[in-house]
Amino acid sequence: MAGVISTSLSGIRYLLDNLPEFWQLLAEHLVLVVASEIIAISIAVPLGVIAARHEKLKSPILSVGNVAQTVPPLAIIALMFPILGLGFLPSFVALFIYALLPVLVNTITGLESVDEGTIDAAKGMGMTQNERLTKIRFPLALPIIFAGIRTSTVINVGTAYLAFFIGGGGLGAWVISGINLFNMPQVFAGAISGAVLAISLDLLLAAVESRLGNSGPASAQVAA
Amino acid sequence: MIEFEDVTKVYADGTEAIDGINFTVEEGTTTVLVGPSGCGKTTSMKLVNRLEEPTEGTVYVNGTDNQELDKIDLRRGIGYVIQEIGLFDHLTVGENIATVPELVGWDQSRIDDRVDELLELMDLSPEYRDQYPRELSGGQRQRIGVARALAADPDILLMDEPFGALDPITRENLQDEFLQIQDRINTTILFVTHSIDEALKMGDRIAIFDVGEVVQYDTPAEILSNPKNEFVENFIGENQTFKQLSITPVREVMDDPQAYESAESEVAPAADGGEYYSISPDSSLQVGLTRLLSIEHTTLPVVDGGEVVGFLTEDHVRSYFDSAGEP
Repeated sequence: MAGVISTSLSGIRYLLDNLPEFWQLLAEHLVLVVASEIIAISIAVPLGVIAARHEKLKSPILSVGNVAQTVPPLAIIALMFPILGLGFLPSFVALFIYALLPVLVNTITGLESVDEGTIDAAKGMGMTQNERLTKIRFPLALPIIFAGIRTSTVINVGTAYLAFFIGGGGLGAWVISGINLFNMPQVFAGAISGAVLAISLDLLLAAVESRLGNSGPASAQVAA
Repeated sequence: MIEFEDVTKVYADGTEAIDGINFTVEEGTTTVLVGPSGCGKTTSMKLVNRLEEPTEGTVYVNGTDNQELDKIDLRRGIGYVIQEIGLFDHLTVGENIATVPELVGWDQSRIDDRVDELLELMDLSPEYRDQYPRELSGGQRQRIGVARALAADPDILLMDEPFGALDPITRENLQDEFLQIQDRINTTILFVTHSIDEALKMGDRIAIFDVGEVVQYDTPAEILSNPKNEFVENFIGENQTFKQLSITPVREVMDDPQAYESAESEVAPAADGGEYYSISPDSSLQVGLTRLLSIEHTTLPVVDGGEVVGFLTEDHVRSYFDSAGEP
């Protein structure tokens, strides 16, 4: 226990001693995560809408997403190397592929979880299919979709460490080279900052979510 | 006005939901479709706003074959209330009520006025406007559901078991309130329920369904006194005469005030004895009888707008009871 604490402290000291490098690695990491996540969301959400609307397309879309998720992230990163070479682009593509599934699954689940009575009412009141989607289904599914985005983002922060293997940069530089050199303070410095980054992004998204999802107080029914 | 002409509905899997039904809902009246579950009553209702399409036959809405109307426009012109209420939980009460007016593009001030008006009609205070449906009780939610259906002033209102999910007391209250609202709006209403008591209470006319067919289409009084066959008789159940009392207004059996001028001592005091010892001509005979039994007099004055318009006696109720008991 004492060893862990002293190593953590030495990790923080390492970080403070190498602050300029830290900021650069953090920026690289953040750009990789944010860019791949944004593209993943902008593909997965429409794909989820299509899948939820067309029963026939649902299982092929989901199986593609599932396969992407079952391949280990390290393998995806490695597979990108012969196709796209080294650097930012292959890392970005690998992370994007890996971030798709949680968003896709939650989009489909969210859209399908909307109460059929509600949809029936919307239909009976004369909403077109698009109006039902944009005014009813999507807003009601938003909390679940957002949960998927948060999961995906947190996983993405972790996966992005592997980008270092194909020259994508990021905090993986400290962790992986630290392991190779058995430089534990360096490993800790990279790991702790990544954990803090994941938690911060999660909290940030939660804040955005509570702003967006104007679904009222989540408190239970109040009888009057 | 809604007309069903030889309407048959067969689902894709071959089940026949309704088989050649015919009936007309006159403008401004309420017709209740009643029957056991799976009898096709909800399907029939959904044929009106084209949530279902007929296999054969025609449904006329205000004289036009509804197949010739645009589905979306048709639905926006028809109020729709369902059992699960189907309120939009992510929208406030005000936004829920404003749904159809917004779809058809009313301007904001007109929508605001309409929402206020409907909250008042539903006896809900204006503070509910900015609350979310989940914060309300079942009865309040149901009121919002009705208000939302009435928002764009539809000629036709479809109600599918609107009070089904409520406790008996709330249901009873909402039924009474809705009957009053019904008097104030000139809307043609098609009402679906599985409860014959609700049907007798709410309907100007009742269509009794049995597996895909309308077995009897009549006024509540006619159905009670002349059930067409055994199915209808069984469906009405016990206590037919007592049910009849609950749908007959006092007005129909009371005597003229002149007839009792000589026998004033028998009359329960109307003016100085408090309002309790009188009855409105629109109350049911069931209420009248209960009140007669609870006072010491044998004659009850019928008071409308502060004036005595007639008298009700136990003999009236008895003779009505006797005549209603005979088929």
